[in-house]
Amino acid sequence: MRYLPLSLQERDDMLLRIGAAAIDDLYADAPRDALLKGPLDLPLRKTEPEVERRLAALAAKNVAAGAAPFFVGAGAYKHHVPATVDHLIQRSEFLTAYTPYQPEISQGTLQVLFEFQTQVANLTGMEVANASMYDGSTATAEAILMAHRVTRRRKALLSGGLHPHYAETARTLSDMAEDEIAILPPDPRASEDLIGALDSGLSCVVVQNPDFFGNLRDLTPLAEACRAKGVLLVVVVTEILSLGLVEAPGTMGADIVVGEGQSIGNGLNFGGPYLGLFATREKYLRQTPGRLCGQTVDADGRRGFVLTLSTREQHIRREKATSNICTNSGLCALAFSIHMAMLGETGLKQLALINHANAVSLAEALEKTSGVEVLNRSFFNEFTLRVKGSAAQVVEGMAERGVLAGVPVSRLLPKAGLDDLLLVASSEVNTDEDRAAFVTALTEELRA
Amino acid sequence: MNSEGRPTQPQIATPLAPQTFTGARALQIHEALIFDTGRLDFTGVDLDPPKPFTPRLGGLERKSEIGLPGLSEPETMRHYVRLSQKNYAIDMGPYPLGSCTMKHNPRLNEKMARLPGFADIHPLQPVSTVQGALALMEELADWLLKLTNMDAVALTPKAGAHGEMCGMMAIKAAISARGEAETRKVVLAPESAHGTNPATAAALGFSVRAVPAGADGLVHPEAVAAALGPDVAAIMLTNPNTCGLFERDIVEIARLVHEAGAYFYCDGANFNAIVGKVRPGDLGVDAMHINLHKTFSTPHGGGGPGAGPVVLSSRLAPFAPVPFLKREGDRLTLVEETEGTQSFGRMAAFHGQMGMFVRALAYMLSHGADGLAKASEDAVLAANYVRVCLNDLFSSPFGDRICMHEVLFDDRWLKDTGITTLDFAKAMIDEGIHPMTVYFPLVVHGAMLIEPTESESIVSLTLFIATLRDLAIRALRGETERFLGAPYYAPRKRLDETAAARKPVLRWTPPEPIED
Repeated sequence: MRYLPLSLQERDDMLLRIGAAAIDDLYADAPRDALLKGPLDLPLRKTEPEVERRLAALAAKNVAAGAAPFFVGAGAYKHHVPATVDHLIQRSEFLTAYTPYQPEISQGTLQVLFEFQTQVANLTGMEVANASMYDGSTATAEAILMAHRVTRRRKALLSGGLHPHYAETARTLSDMAEDEIAILPPDPRASEDLIGALDSGLSCVVVQNPDFFGNLRDLTPLAEACRAKGVLLVVVVTEILSLGLVEAPGTMGADIVVGEGQSIGNGLNFGGPYLGLFATREKYLRQTPGRLCGQTVDADGRRGFVLTLSTREQHIRREKATSNICTNSGLCALAFSIHMAMLGETGLKQLALINHANAVSLAEALEKTSGVEVLNRSFFNEFTLRVKGSAAQVVEGMAERGVLAGVPVSRLLPKAGLDDLLLVASSEVNTDEDRAAFVTALTEELRA
Repeated sequence: MNSEGRPTQPQIATPLAPQTFTGARALQIHEALIFDTGRLDFTGVDLDPPKPFTPRLGGLERKSEIGLPGLSEPETMRHYVRLSQKNYAIDMGPYPLGSCTMKHNPRLNEKMARLPGFADIHPLQPVSTVQGALALMEELADWLLKLTNMDAVALTPKAGAHGEMCGMMAIKAAISARGEAETRKVVLAPESAHGTNPATAAALGFSVRAVPAGADGLVHPEAVAAALGPDVAAIMLTNPNTCGLFERDIVEIARLVHEAGAYFYCDGANFNAIVGKVRPGDLGVDAMHINLHKTFSTPHGGGGPGAGPVVLSSRLAPFAPVPFLKREGDRLTLVEETEGTQSFGRMAAFHGQMGMFVRALAYMLSHGADGLAKASEDAVLAANYVRVCLNDLFSSPFGDRICMHEVLFDDRWLKDTGITTLDFAKAMIDEGIHPMTVYFPLVVHGAMLIEPTESESIVSLTLFIATLRDLAIRALRGETERFLGAPYYAPRKRLDETAAARKPVLRWTPPEPIED
């Protein structure tokens, strides 16, 4: 076996040294009748080419985003990732390292995390950021728990513009922790009155911007109203690239900003691994979940970095821990950080502008298409269409015509009576031809 | 003969070198932060500006500077390559982090995960266009169920601790379904448990009752029986446990727990010791998470991402989270809604760590059922080999007994030397070896938990053992300087962690302008 270096002779010599007659003597503490006598009913080992063939056959049954005009978003976005990013994250010293528990020989990972935290804090307009979480949805649930700890209240209010999967994730955790949660009805036109729904018993209000339906809104009045009632404002950003063009949540008055970082440096991967972003005000630092990297000095006075404030964490305080989280998305954070360093301020703004321009161009074309209505007044790179009939059927039909058209709202909100709504995302990878193909396929589908 | 069997003769150079002007030392180069070197007006990505258009941002254009420096492509390469050279990694040498499990990361797994058919598909594109991905998830689930002899698997949890959360949520839902939500509010956890166990239980509204371990490091049925009562929802037990031992009475413990009307959550962090040898389902387990990166070798990337699928017994299977797979003839679909099911809900936005699933399945197929069993055996063999080769010098907290895939020592043998476990660990760095897990498990004073894994050759194991013996003998001889100042040869000497925590600096800020 190519992955197992010990020869049969070496195994025997080692057993002899240990004083065991057979390998199963090392399993002496396992119940006798539970010890398996032979291999299970599963395939035996395959050679490298055999594994490649098997998995390539499975991969070939999927339609890759790069193989079709592609407009699917709703919390995961197709963007171009520079070759340099994927090359660098595959360097052994990054790829095959563990959590930097020994900082003297983990300065590479630690410096990257420090740079990442700075990038995320700057991007969100917040004072501090952590070294990443699992993904945007779990980061949102953790933000709510943090708001409960900070305010000592246990009720959260979720906007109807929040990604339905994020809301469900938060609700599951809230129900289990026996906290209260209120989720407002879906809000395709961003007309809900969050300020009117505020009360002083709330720990936080959770609002997404751009929202699930693509709408942008100014959160400044909401932030002011929240502050007056001691309620924290949690802002969720599922398309983090939008912050290259849209005002930062921190500037609008957010207390906690969580986001999905997949768009920068990370591929679609059928839903994971992704990258949760988490930023907040410095005064809440010790209530922040997840890993934090801090700057310090070494014995010679040279600058260095360590994981810090771990007294909040599970391995020290156990049942008093801030959260049960014991890892982050280190490699995804690295990919994000590299891509962001290559883009820089100028590139990020330019990339965001191109995304917006492409989406506007598509929206303008669709506004001229009969049987279609664009619901949004404002948006970044994703908007909501109202189509005649079932959006789910339209998407299926367009897939057969070779266009991956978007996400029917009913897929995430099957009971909301929004069967005619379709979320459409457009990014820098879409060409004029892709947009033309979209309009043509949609027109044909609506006519069919 | 402390160097017996040492395959290479170490050479010690006498450093008489001058200070360099740059502060660099040949390949050890100081690497500035991107914020020191990057420029806000520079980008390393070529992007053509869009044709003129009318923005539709609703007046929310960002007005201020963000503060993100840009690097050219060569600068990017150099920055991150230099940083990478300040990291230790499993591809460089032994990484015996007990309980963390650092084993070989085959590059075939990486290649497979990057096939566009897996890496470039969207979680919400039409189900008809992702049948291969769903088939891969089904195949992975089949492997996990057969290796554990359990009834259902939840693939969505994104890490081991997230998996714990999932398993305990299923237990809580099952207890609620029985109408006992108000009465069963206690979770038992051994004192030696991973800190995530009590943290998970507490996060879900349970209170935690500790179960003491015996003098032999094992949890005893009498201790469990004494802690059980009608208020207990579950026990969270790790097997093999964090002391590197197989819980000998696990079947009896499971029986007691079930008799008391509670569930048995098994922390599967150490499943890699028993894959293909013992199936948790045969031991009475109701739920167990599997850290794919530990057991099926998905690289840990400096701290993640992980993946923590959870296997469930028939009693808990109905409560599994959405989404889950459903086969209808030759077509696979995803059940996304809880309505009409007993599912406890959703744990994360999408379907889980697909990229990790591909890597884990590639690893399983490469090993086969026979190879996975042999990997477990070799991991246990290597740990026991290390144990017998060090036990005349190091002290063992629970007596010298057969261990599983990791061997636990304590610091009693260092008594009166003035050297701590931490000092010993830092001296290992100078020898080119990543330190073992130190100070965990917490129940053992000055713990040193060594997990060599199945990846180390006999040559590597021999050098590892010889090095630890050399260090131990020097420590016992009173050569404290080697330890107290260590590491001498790392990119950084000991870092001041107290200062980092006292006045946290978590981001770069621009230097104050100098006033005229």
